[in-house]
Amino acid sequence: MKKLISLIMAVSLLTPLPVTAQDTMPPAPLAYQQLDDPAQEAEARDLMHTLRCLKCQSQSIADSDAPMAGDMRHQVRSRILAGEEPEAIRAWLVERYGDYVSYTPTVSSTTWPLFAIPVLLLAICGFVFASRMRRRS
Amino acid sequence: MTGVRWGLWIIVGVTAGLFGLFAYQLTQPKDEFVESAMVGKQMPDFDLPAASATRPGLATGDLADGTPKLLNVFASWCIPCAAEAPYLEELERNGAQIVAVAIRDKPEDVDRFLTIYGNPFTRIGRDDISEVQLSIGSSGVPETFVIDGKGRITHQHIGDIRAEHVPMLLRELKEAGA
Repeated sequence: MKKLISLIMAVSLLTPLPVTAQDTMPPAPLAYQQLDDPAQEAEARDLMHTLRCLKCQSQSIADSDAPMAGDMRHQVRSRILAGEEPEAIRAWLVERYGDYVSYTPTVSSTTWPLFAIPVLLLAICGFVFASRMRRRS
Repeated sequence: MTGVRWGLWIIVGVTAGLFGLFAYQLTQPKDEFVESAMVGKQMPDFDLPAASATRPGLATGDLADGTPKLLNVFASWCIPCAAEAPYLEELERNGAQIVAVAIRDKPEDVDRFLTIYGNPFTRIGRDDISEVQLSIGSSGVPETFVIDGKGRITHQHIGDIRAEHVPMLLRELKEAGA
């Protein structure tokens, strides 16, 4: 009897318990369902690759299996299907989550140095280079 | 070669400064929270069916009836949501009106959750595809929004409500009513 109990215990330890699912709901209709029109699906896919998954922040929503990423893909696909422009959908999300949600940087009040600094550095390099060339000749 | 070559020292200084900045930023704890950019804006339009047999659903109109409210975004499958339940009760006892949105949840699971952990909510909307959650800039559960009597979001609390957050949320509610 003791042996049987320890056997059961050993087996129950070895059998991996299913990891508790985050939820038991089926994914949103368009989370894993491609759009029928290949052109629209390509548009949606391009956009999804440049939107950040908010649950798994170093992945795009196209790469993530998190339920929330699925819900975001559903938003993207259903809005593309309804005729919205990809950039309008990005703007809709940025309005809610800030620039952070987008992997494609846009010029805004907080991001302008990203664009200004390289131009400034190039200008300085050009200036230094030109003045050295002048001195040499 | 006379004097100090200032140009070189400036480069050394700038480089040292940059590395100092990297060292500082890399040792700072990373803030994992994504704050909603909707704070200060009007609640978007939505109309959710009831998530539980015990309470009616939730629509935008319910949030603009003149009384400031807490909007709790929760789910029965979310463990911190169970942990914050006593503090939601405490907020309700102190006069807070609390409505909720249940994310990706089945009514029977919501009912079971409310039976175990209490039901401080006056309305519970059912959001199966996180649509309302996305439209208010919430990125997880639990989150709690303060909505003023005109349906404008005035504050966002990310994560579970703990004992120390209760007075802060009551104060936010009071300010939203003013």
